[in-house]
Amino acid sequence: MAAAPMVEAKALVKRFGNVEAVRGIDVQVRTGEAFGFLGPNGAGKSSTMRMIASTSPRSDGDLRVLGMDPDVDGPRIRARLGSVPQQDTLDTELTVRQNLQIYGRYFGMSRAAVRRKATELMEFAQLSDRADDPVDTLSGGMKRRLTIARSLVNDPDLLLLDEPTTGLDPQARHMLWDRLFRLKAGGVTLLITSHYMDEVEQLCDRLVVMDDARIVAEGSPSELIARYSTREVLELRFPPGEQGGVAERVAELGERVEELPDRVLVYTGDGERALEQVHGRDVRPVSSLVRRSTLEDVFLRLTGRTLVD
Amino acid sequence: MRMSSTTSAATGAAASSAPARRGLLLRMLPAPLYTGRARALLERSAMVYSRAWLVFVSGVVEPLLYLLAFQVGFGKLVEEVTGPGGQTMNYVAFVAPALLAASAMNGAVFDSTFNVFFKFRYNKTYDAMLATPLGPLDIALGEIGWAVLRGGLYAVAFLGVMAGFGLATSPWALLLVPVALLVSFAFAAIGMVCATFLKSPSQFDFVQLAVMPMFLLSTTFYPLSVYPEPLQYAVQCLPLYHGVELTRGLAVGVLDVSMLGHVAYLLVLAAAGAYFTAKRLAGLLLR
Ligand SMILES: Nc1ncnc2c1ncn2[C@@H]1O[C@H](COP(=O)(O)OP(=O)(O)OP(=O)(O)O)[C@@H](O)[C@H]1O
Ligand SMILES: [Mg+2]
Repeated sequence: MAAAPMVEAKALVKRFGNVEAVRGIDVQVRTGEAFGFLGPNGAGKSSTMRMIASTSPRSDGDLRVLGMDPDVDGPRIRARLGSVPQQDTLDTELTVRQNLQIYGRYFGMSRAAVRRKATELMEFAQLSDRADDPVDTLSGGMKRRLTIARSLVNDPDLLLLDEPTTGLDPQARHMLWDRLFRLKAGGVTLLITSHYMDEVEQLCDRLVVMDDARIVAEGSPSELIARYSTREVLELRFPPGEQGGVAERVAELGERVEELPDRVLVYTGDGERALEQVHGRDVRPVSSLVRRSTLEDVFLRLTGRTLVD
Repeated sequence: MRMSSTTSAATGAAASSAPARRGLLLRMLPAPLYTGRARALLERSAMVYSRAWLVFVSGVVEPLLYLLAFQVGFGKLVEEVTGPGGQTMNYVAFVAPALLAASAMNGAVFDSTFNVFFKFRYNKTYDAMLATPLGPLDIALGEIGWAVLRGGLYAVAFLGVMAGFGLATSPWALLLVPVALLVSFAFAAIGMVCATFLKSPSQFDFVQLAVMPMFLLSTTFYPLSVYPEPLQYAVQCLPLYHGVELTRGLAVGVLDVSMLGHVAYLLVLAAAGAYFTAKRLAGLLLR
């Protein structure tokens, strides 16, 4: 595959009536990388993903997926995509196995191939023992696993995952991460949206932070943390109602201080030292915690809000 | 949870790239609308109905009950009626081909409104399909095709019984089957367009409101000459009227050129219905 990027968006816009869901974003996803979209509810992540999945026409700007224009070559693009939509779209009139088989048939795979693939993917999704059950009878997390399995039926070159792990238990989440790592090692390009910082930090080589329909930052997780945050963070919690004025009193102990409804965050290179100084000023939190910076802190810095309220 | 090596990435393109078959439709229509894979939807329907085949039996039996009721009931009351070409004919033989057309209509409308509505509004079945290479016209043709297959099956059964009762007197009556397919296609296509406009299940009453008068008024039970002249023109606009004209003429072997007009009417309806269904699906789901 040549140097042409997997996905290339320039000044990409999506409008729904008067709502501008995406306001002119530039994105380049290289072949073989894992790329993340991070942002709060309504930021425009899903709208962007759906345009890339060639299931939602762009309102303006330019978009190339696998080197092709979705408006012209939608079917050819989709033939090489796997897509996990934010909301499951399983076929509720069919069983687990049938869901996988018929989906493969939509891609034009042979009957023998889809039979083989269905068995293999049920194994992956740990649903083999539910093979002939109607989809309706699965739990939420099982349905999610089946949706993810289904997206792999055509061995996609580009996999779009819109909040793939919502509803998954920790074990299933880690299993999926492991699986995604292996797909990536096999050359599959991954596009992931998530609210989970750890997920994006773990999985993504690069990401963009979206807020209010725009991209507010772009880079690798560690780059973003280095650029927008400090090495460590000191979290101070206080009993309800006693937090007032604390932020001012500890203001110069860190490079930056953020006040959240339930805690005060002190951004500093050395959290332990800052904590000593806090105590030295006779500020008495009920609990304190020193941790390293995460993408959550990057997001807070960029938007003044937390990601998950 | 270990995966075999067949999943090793980035190779799938070969198996699943653009479809190989390039039919006439495929070349005429814009690629994003149609990729020539409507058959996959037939397969899906077959999967769904493989567990609900009893539905078919009821679909076959229902129109036959009508026929039986006429044979033993009305047939005794109304003896003769003026049929195609001005000939007088047995009343049951007059009604039977019309019932065949009407049952093709009913089956198609039911299939394409009820079934499609739930898949479309609640189950997101088509959203899932549109994330694959399938286009909206594949979906339209696939769903309509299923209604047509069912319509054809019922028509064959019905025709068999008609022949058994001695109600189909001409070899032309064999053409009732393709006519039933055409009627099914036209009504399934129109029904599917309508289904995309329905907002809630209670609105199915509107569908009934359209189908019931059509069933009663399209010269199903009495000849066109019964109506006063202005009404005759109105009746001749009803799609089912054209289906009935075809089946009735063929059943007794009275053919004339006007039949080409009836066929053309239904063909236009079918094509327009399929096209606008695809447009509606694209407009509503690919946003
Ligand atoms: N089909 C639609 N019709 C109208 N407005 C829409 C539609 N889809 C999305 N929007 C609007 O576009 C904006 C962005 O929505 P989008 O789903 O892309 O956000 P998101 O980042 O995926 O959010 P979330 O984290 O909640 O999934 C929102 O204001 C939403 O209301
Ligand atoms: Mg979303």
